[in-house]
Amino acid sequence: MKLSDRDREIILVPILVWVGLMAALALTVAYAFWPHAPAKVEAALAIAALKAGLIAAVYMRLNRAPPLLRLTAVAAFLWLLMLFGLTFADYLTRSAS
Amino acid sequence: MSRAALLHEPFTNIPREQEAFLFGLWSFLASEALFFGALFLGYAVVRHLHIAGFDIGARHTNAVFGTLNTAILLTSSLTMAIAERGALADRTRLARIMLALTLMLGAAFLVVKGFEYHEDLEEHLLPGHGFAIPLRGAVLFFSFYWVMTGVHALHLSIGLGLVGRLFGLSLAGRLVENRASIQTTTLYWHLVDLIWVFLFPLFYLVARG
Repeated sequence: MKLSDRDREIILVPILVWVGLMAALALTVAYAFWPHAPAKVEAALAIAALKAGLIAAVYMRLNRAPPLLRLTAVAAFLWLLMLFGLTFADYLTRSAS
Repeated sequence: MSRAALLHEPFTNIPREQEAFLFGLWSFLASEALFFGALFLGYAVVRHLHIAGFDIGARHTNAVFGTLNTAILLTSSLTMAIAERGALADRTRLARIMLALTLMLGAAFLVVKGFEYHEDLEEHLLPGHGFAIPLRGAVLFFSFYWVMTGVHALHLSIGLGLVGRLFGLSLAGRLVENRASIQTTTLYWHLVDLIWVFLFPLFYLVARG
C-alpha cells in the first residue's frame, strides 16, 4: 500500500515522532539504572528536553506555527530561565556557614 | 461544510481567527509552564539543600509504574495528534477512533497512578505521622512527589473531560465545525504530556542504579 502525502502528514509523521519518543524513554531508563554511570541527572534532563522539543515542535506544531505563537512559547521558556537563573544565582553562591 | 460556517464574529477571515485563539491558548500554556515551573524550582532548590535525604526518598518511588505511565502518556499524545490531524482533514471516522483511544489511554494512566498511590500509602510514604523514612530530605521529596503528581493528575483529568467533549461532538457529527476546540484541546493534552516528560526523570530516575 502506498501512502498519499495527506496520509503521510496525518499518520506517518506522528508515528515517527512516537518511535523517537519511545526510543528516548528506553534510553533514559537504561541509563538511569546503569550502575555508577556519570552525570545521571544531567543526562535524564537532557533526554527529557529532547522529548519535550519533539512534542513541542511536531505534535504542538511549533515547527509550522506563525511567528506570534513561536514568540509566545519562547517567552514562556525565557521566563522560566529567568526564574531558575535568578534563584540559583542566590542559592549556588551562598557560603556554607 | 462551508467556509463561512467556520468563521465567527468579530473576525473577517479564518487564518486571523485561528491565530487569535491559538495565541490565547499558547498564552495560557505559558502561564501553566510558569505554574509548574515554580514547583520544579522548589524541587531543585530543596534537592540542592537536602540532597542526601532527598535521593534516599527518590529510591522509594516505583519506577515500573512511572515508566509504564510515561509510555502510556506518550502514546496518548500520538493518538491525540492523529485525531487532530484527521479531524482537520475531514477524516472524522479516524478522528473518532483516535479520540476514543486517547480517552482510554488517559484513563489507563489514572488507573496506574491509583495503584501506585495505593502502594505508596501502604508503604507509609505520605508525609506526616508515621512516615516511613526518618529523614527530612525524604519527607520533602515525597511532599513534592504528592503535590506535583497530584496536580498533574488533576490537569490530566480536566484533559479527559475536554477530549470526552470532542468525542461527544464527533458522535453528534459536529466535530469538524469545531476547529478551535480540536486545536486547543490537542495543545492542552500535549502540554500535560510535556510536563510529565519532566516529572518522570525527577521522581522516578534520579538516584537509581
